[in-house]
Amino acid sequence: MEAVNSDAMLKGTPFHSRTSALCQSQNWRRWSGHVVAGSYELTHDREYFAIRSSAALIDVSPLHKYMIEGPDAARFLNRVVTRDVSGCAQGQVLYTPWCDEEGKVIDDGTLARLGEEKFRLTSAEPNLLWLHNNALGFRVTVGDVSESTAALALQGPTSREILRCVTDADVGGLRFFRSMAAEVKRIPVTISRTGYTGDLGYEIWVDGENAEPLWDALIEAGGPYGITPAGMLALDVARIEAGLILIDVDYVPAHRALIEDRKSSPFELGLGWTVKLDKGSFVGSTALLKEQRNGSDWQLRGLEIEWESLETLYADVGLPPQLPTIAWRTSVPVYGGRHQVGYATSGCWSPILKKYIALAHLHSTHARTGTKVEMEVTVEHRRKRAVATVTSTPFFNPERKRS
Amino acid sequence: MSYSAHYDAIVIGGGHNGLVNAAYLARAGKSVLVLERRHLVGGAAVTEEIYPGFKYSVYSYVVSLLRPEIIRELDLPSHGLEILPLESTVTPLPNGDYLGRWADHDQTRRELYRHSAKDAEAYDDYGKLMYHLAFAVKPIVAMVPPDPTSLSPRDLLSLLKLGKHFRSLGATQFYALVKLMTMSAADFLDEWFETQALKATMSASGIIGTFLGPRSPGTAYVLLHHYLGEIDGSFRAWGFAKGGTGAISESIAGAARRFGADIRTEASVARVLVRHGRATGVALENGDEITARVVVSGLDPKRTFLKLIESEHLPDDFVDSIRRFKIRGSSGKVNLSLSELPKFTCLPRDGPHLRGAISISPSVDYLERAYDDAKYGNFSRRPYMDIIIPSMIDPGMAPPGKHVMSIFVQYAPSDLEGGWNETRREAFGDAVIDTLAQYAPNLPGAILHRQVITPWDLERDIGLTQGNIFHGELSLHQLFFLRPAPSWADYRTPLDNFYQCGSGTHPGGGISGTSGRLAALRVLKDWK
Repeated sequence: MEAVNSDAMLKGTPFHSRTSALCQSQNWRRWSGHVVAGSYELTHDREYFAIRSSAALIDVSPLHKYMIEGPDAARFLNRVVTRDVSGCAQGQVLYTPWCDEEGKVIDDGTLARLGEEKFRLTSAEPNLLWLHNNALGFRVTVGDVSESTAALALQGPTSREILRCVTDADVGGLRFFRSMAAEVKRIPVTISRTGYTGDLGYEIWVDGENAEPLWDALIEAGGPYGITPAGMLALDVARIEAGLILIDVDYVPAHRALIEDRKSSPFELGLGWTVKLDKGSFVGSTALLKEQRNGSDWQLRGLEIEWESLETLYADVGLPPQLPTIAWRTSVPVYGGRHQVGYATSGCWSPILKKYIALAHLHSTHARTGTKVEMEVTVEHRRKRAVATVTSTPFFNPERKRS
Repeated sequence: MSYSAHYDAIVIGGGHNGLVNAAYLARAGKSVLVLERRHLVGGAAVTEEIYPGFKYSVYSYVVSLLRPEIIRELDLPSHGLEILPLESTVTPLPNGDYLGRWADHDQTRRELYRHSAKDAEAYDDYGKLMYHLAFAVKPIVAMVPPDPTSLSPRDLLSLLKLGKHFRSLGATQFYALVKLMTMSAADFLDEWFETQALKATMSASGIIGTFLGPRSPGTAYVLLHHYLGEIDGSFRAWGFAKGGTGAISESIAGAARRFGADIRTEASVARVLVRHGRATGVALENGDEITARVVVSGLDPKRTFLKLIESEHLPDDFVDSIRRFKIRGSSGKVNLSLSELPKFTCLPRDGPHLRGAISISPSVDYLERAYDDAKYGNFSRRPYMDIIIPSMIDPGMAPPGKHVMSIFVQYAPSDLEGGWNETRREAFGDAVIDTLAQYAPNLPGAILHRQVITPWDLERDIGLTQGNIFHGELSLHQLFFLRPAPSWADYRTPLDNFYQCGSGTHPGGGISGTSGRLAALRVLKDWK
């Protein structure tokens, strides 16, 4: 343990004692300077299916978390994020991106209203400086609680039953994108009905000191409900099926982009629904209003790559289609006729849909649902093109997610 | 719900093939009615809550060969089809050891190495050959069998294609294929491996559903089936359907309904109406008559041609070959509700082995002895078993903390000496539990409910003649252009407008849906 915590090493999360004991595969992934399990078992399939058919327990502690408090908290947040925070009730959670002055996305995360004057914002990248700079003149404090708060995602159809076993709080009454304070075996936690899988699921926020007993309580209660610790490989497939974008993979955060072309607006990322231009001025609103009027050049859409097309390409070399068994995260050209009309940024074989799917940035000219495009595939070292259909996301959207 | 009195097509039997057939016909715009005798669709692919809170995949229990084009074309995932992986096969041994094969290649190799260093290496070579052979026979499985004696352009063209296809195989693969088609599973595997438990467990896939032992010639080719599943489109389609196998049938029924098909349960067909050598509809047990332009039977060949149709309407030689069609039942099923998980002596703790298949097949001799019992009219005193614990894969199959266990058992001959009755059935169940208790001593004490199914029950409850789970044995003389009868392997029958779509036609066996789909395509092609 000492070695892991020394300055030269990546940090373990507050759950590390538990996750490291289970990680048979020794497949660790880096996430914001921490190590988290890529998969626990030697193959990740069962962890994926736990998300879709029972329940998966996922350590999401490396998320950045900020506590925003003060009489102006709501007003301040309304100024920095694109969603309308004034309408956010206590106990409500908003998914929202936030933008720079040019209306390009800096980061995205969830914003939970924990009290009248108290919010928690999660993000993928550090945002403290940016929040501080924008807080000038507002009666708010922004505290970085990333290190002190641990978080677990409990995702899947049986997650509700498991929570019912460990808490007296009204889990059944907790609606989609709502949160509540609760006790799990006397441990104070916040439970939000949120997640990154597009399934029924919860995220549980806990003081780092109580991380281990929380983990143990969930694992014990979850046994009869098929609870399975799941790593990033399984999560990556689930989030693509859910059409949820990932920073640094599906878009470049505006603050990191070296050239303008790398930046994306919320409209271009399929997040137009989060942009509330009628709420008054906020960071980026002028540029976003203009983009809304003039239309966007790009759109993030789903692609379904046609199996028959893959079969034909592979039959030419005497093979059945060979698909990656884990999600890929590289930029892959997409063509419309002879011209490149976009690029896919993540993709995977969806085990539940039995389809090969991808998320792609497409020129608006080729972004309509049903449009046939071609995605580059490498067949035995040679670049080929497979026919794909533009679709809406999420690819997978079960009723239980909201019900 | 009201049903009309005339349809474009009537499908007799709501088993999975009948449903697939109906879905494809409805998808082509035909008005279709499925008639199912029982109160639920699915035939042998049903999930039933026989004991409150515990769901059994009563008969068929795993899915391996459901065709990817059917999953795609009927969009079954949107109708609730979810196939969860069954990742491992563990064979407990009488000496307290075990042989495991796991999802991870390195783990499997290390485990095989523990038993035999040579087998660990041979396993990869064997896998590669099987992969090639599966790729080679794949087109055959997916095609309508041509009649080799026919001179019709369609058959000749089809045979020509087949010949070309085989010529494209390398010599090694061609010879291996011939061996595979003619040898016994045990002999074939002897050429590759030395570990008894490995050979026995692999050869077991060659005897499932047949009235043959691992040393009977012709059992080797079924070894290929396992590999066929791996090269098709929905790789990793080998598994357990969430909600049990009934969920597969429900998803296909859902697709059929979305395309407009009517599905009527508790509607037992008494006979097919025939006029001037042409099927014109069906008469139900309750006396109702429903007419249709085309009638398709999803029932097995004997039931279809010997029970639903008066023999005067069929040519004598055809009736003879259907009479001679081998359809002996050889297997049974035991379903258990359990208060706790079994503790296997070889792996006493809960673990991944309980989420995969557990095979009671310690040696080839063990399997052959089990067959010896059946040859002389008894059920196996020490039977071969293929076990899964569905509640470990899908917790919804049993109340929290409780479990269901599915035990496929062979041999249970349909022609039991002295005949089957309730006492013999329970004696068979006892033999199964006694045998299993040798490997998992806590099992008998954990049983809350037990359902024993023999070929006798399969015939009475779901209409499988002699309780044969494949609608006819999968032996060479009953495959491809010989299934179910020479010259009638293309889903047509000697009666005009009457077709067959059950597992008794090519390629037959298992929840693949191929027969249902190919029969529908044949019907649609003939529709002029």
